Amino acid sequence: MTGIHVLAAPTRMLLSGNEAVARAVWESGVRVASGYPGTPATEMLENLTKYPDLYTEWSVNEKVALEVAIGTSMAGSRSFCAMKHVGLNVASDALMTLTLTGAAGGMVIAVADDVGLSSSQNEQDSRFWGRFAHLPILEPSDSQEAYEMTIAGYALSEQFQVPVILRLTTRICHVKAMVMIGERVPHESSGYIKNPQRWVMTPGFAKSRIMLMFEREEKLRASAEISPLNFVVAGKDCSVGFIASGPAWMHVQEAFPNSPALKLGFSYPTPIERIRAFSKTVEKLLVVEELEPLLENEIRAAGINCHGKDFLPRSGELPPEVLKPAVARLLGEVSKQLVAERTVLPAQVFPRPPTLCAACPHLSIYYTVAKLKNITVAGDIGCYTLGSGHPWNALDVVICMGASMGMALGLDKGRTEVDKDRKILAVIGDSTFMHMGMQGLLDITYNRGNVTVLLLDNRTVGMTGGQDNPGTGRNARGNPAPKVDFVKLCEALGVKPERIRKVDPYQLPELAKALREETKIAEPSVIITDRPCVLIDDFKRQPAFKVASDQCTGCGLCIDVGCPAISEQRREMLKRPSGKEVMLQFAAIETAACTGCGICVQVCAPKAIVAAAVQTINFVKN
Amino acid sequence: MKNMITNILVVGVGGQGVMTATEVLAEAAISLGHDVKKTEVAGMSQRGGVVSSHLRFGLKVLSPKIAPGDADIIVGFESAEALRWSHYLRVGGLVLMNTARLVPPVVSGGLYAYPTDPQAEIRDLGIEVHAFDAMVIAKQLGDMRLGNSVMLGAIADHLPFRAEVLLESILQRFQTRKPEMVELNRRAFTAGREAIARLVQVEALTPNFA
Repeated sequence: MTGIHVLAAPTRMLLSGNEAVARAVWESGVRVASGYPGTPATEMLENLTKYPDLYTEWSVNEKVALEVAIGTSMAGSRSFCAMKHVGLNVASDALMTLTLTGAAGGMVIAVADDVGLSSSQNEQDSRFWGRFAHLPILEPSDSQEAYEMTIAGYALSEQFQVPVILRLTTRICHVKAMVMIGERVPHESSGYIKNPQRWVMTPGFAKSRIMLMFEREEKLRASAEISPLNFVVAGKDCSVGFIASGPAWMHVQEAFPNSPALKLGFSYPTPIERIRAFSKTVEKLLVVEELEPLLENEIRAAGINCHGKDFLPRSGELPPEVLKPAVARLLGEVSKQLVAERTVLPAQVFPRPPTLCAACPHLSIYYTVAKLKNITVAGDIGCYTLGSGHPWNALDVVICMGASMGMALGLDKGRTEVDKDRKILAVIGDSTFMHMGMQGLLDITYNRGNVTVLLLDNRTVGMTGGQDNPGTGRNARGNPAPKVDFVKLCEALGVKPERIRKVDPYQLPELAKALREETKIAEPSVIITDRPCVLIDDFKRQPAFKVASDQCTGCGLCIDVGCPAISEQRREMLKRPSGKEVMLQFAAIETAACTGCGICVQVCAPKAIVAAAVQTINFVKN
Repeated sequence: MKNMITNILVVGVGGQGVMTATEVLAEAAISLGHDVKKTEVAGMSQRGGVVSSHLRFGLKVLSPKIAPGDADIIVGFESAEALRWSHYLRVGGLVLMNTARLVPPVVSGGLYAYPTDPQAEIRDLGIEVHAFDAMVIAKQLGDMRLGNSVMLGAIADHLPFRAEVLLESILQRFQTRKPEMVELNRRAFTAGREAIARLVQVEALTPNFA
């Protein structure tokens, strides 16, 4: 990743879609690049921070990121903004009016859909935004195209004075493929030109822009009709012709090399006449688009016969193994060959859900929360969403970034007599809190909600690989930056100073006491934890522990911590004198994986968890 | 010219170095002028979840994803993971696997069982399997992180190019990042290569094998 900018063109290299977009952004002379981390989009901006001669920032959320990019475009310079699909929901307020002002300096908004939900809470189709906001959409099918379409996007953006949506998916962002790169071409900024009729969107001015937006859309459609990004690959077998975009294009080419196919790279505004002409060359037309039947519906509405979601799934990817049987059905073939190919079924193997890391500061939180009774926990988006899994099962509701706050307040205000003693907890991470949680907390204090907030400050955006945010004291390039004070911030948002506690999550009794006390008091409270994520440099590894097996009584409490370094060795059924049977779980610690946080030591009643090595460097230090 | 594509599926658990190993394989293929595509779904897999990394190379690669039944080789960094993905192997394909087991909390907690003998289960499907404990070799060499190079050594003689090309890719990678680790990785690679060579020999001498 480092040093890609050093390479001179023409160089052919293995790049992920995200790396290819970053390279193209840099080559396009972009002045400002902004974004918020989110799988699978994160590495676009992360890579851009390695390039010189442009400003990059992690913004607090996608809406702010887009607004920063808009400002840069208004200043006449090129801008870039990257986010995951749900990020564009957050930024959509700005987007829906940005389409009226349009762009001055070239502007590309890269949005990455998580087709197949590898790490997201939903699977929405961002191509809707092109239709909703009347903006052009470019859809690359691999890294080379991601690179080329980013560069083409800036030309298109400036030609039509319009922001361009670059729609990626996980299978573009995270696939590495060969890319021929070029040189950076500096962009001449036009400078800021005052023009309130265009930049000040009051009702009067906005109204006059609406017609211009529709005119622009028709011009873009005409451009898509003749764009080289849309092309036909000829084929001898005309029984089915394909229309495809994005990763689905490669799958179609792979599965049906002899069939004619129309590739849509500039997929919106839909080049309908091009599609009509292609449809006349084939017997049946199959539209292969991931997720929603957007093209399909538009093609049908234009009076062109086609198939699509009547044979293909509306969720997930469309690889050859999905396409082949669907096409066989479309052609009315009961493909014997396909049946024969599919004799080996997947083996039945246990699931392996992602887990929290050894020494993760969230472990003690969920260990403690899981032991609380009569409680409802509103969770949020981040590593700590894993608290909903085994063995904690500690979360009751999760929706989207920052939603824990509002949902907790709603759970409080909406409770009936049956739930009057129920404690309401919200769990949120540092970055998510600053992204969208702060407003929710303000709503809780303003409306006197009875909610206890667990603000888990691990000083990074953990789930996406450790990016910086206003709480880390570092900017996107790792340079020193102002660091937010969460205690002061919560106080400013209206939480009483005595209801804000900072606790060390590795100190279980302190944590349990804070939780017990704060949930008893019927007013807004915040418990802030302050241990760093174990995957960032701030984390310092401690000497490892082991289980002294002769002293383990099988209580299983350490297993309840959920640390991946602790495993059950054996279990026994014990019959108590009362006749009641209890299961004993004897534990072991994988010393190589243990980083010595000491959470398990505190829960072990017989004190069977001891230092793994008696003689360590630490002894010398002490 | 016929577009022959080689499909290698590398599977394991987040944190084992599956993605890095595939990247090294990709670099070797690129050094020979192949077109290459490599894909995996990263994200939550970094937190101890399932990782499968697809590598395809040849004259021109279209879809980055290997379809079930199309993999020429499956490289299993973990026992149960090799079994989980075995249906991706083509008829006549080969599984190279580490016999080491990584037991997740849902298994050690008693919610699910770990397969008794993943290796035998794969063999029962009529698949050729070479299995050995890469972790033991890495441990003997003094660093668990060498497991990656051991596994790459194991696959080296089953690729459509010479083993030395792969070794060169590994060494070059360490030369630029951790020059002090070059020699150890060369030894790890050789140890993995020899371990598999011995297995192949033994298996050839066992007539009623399978």
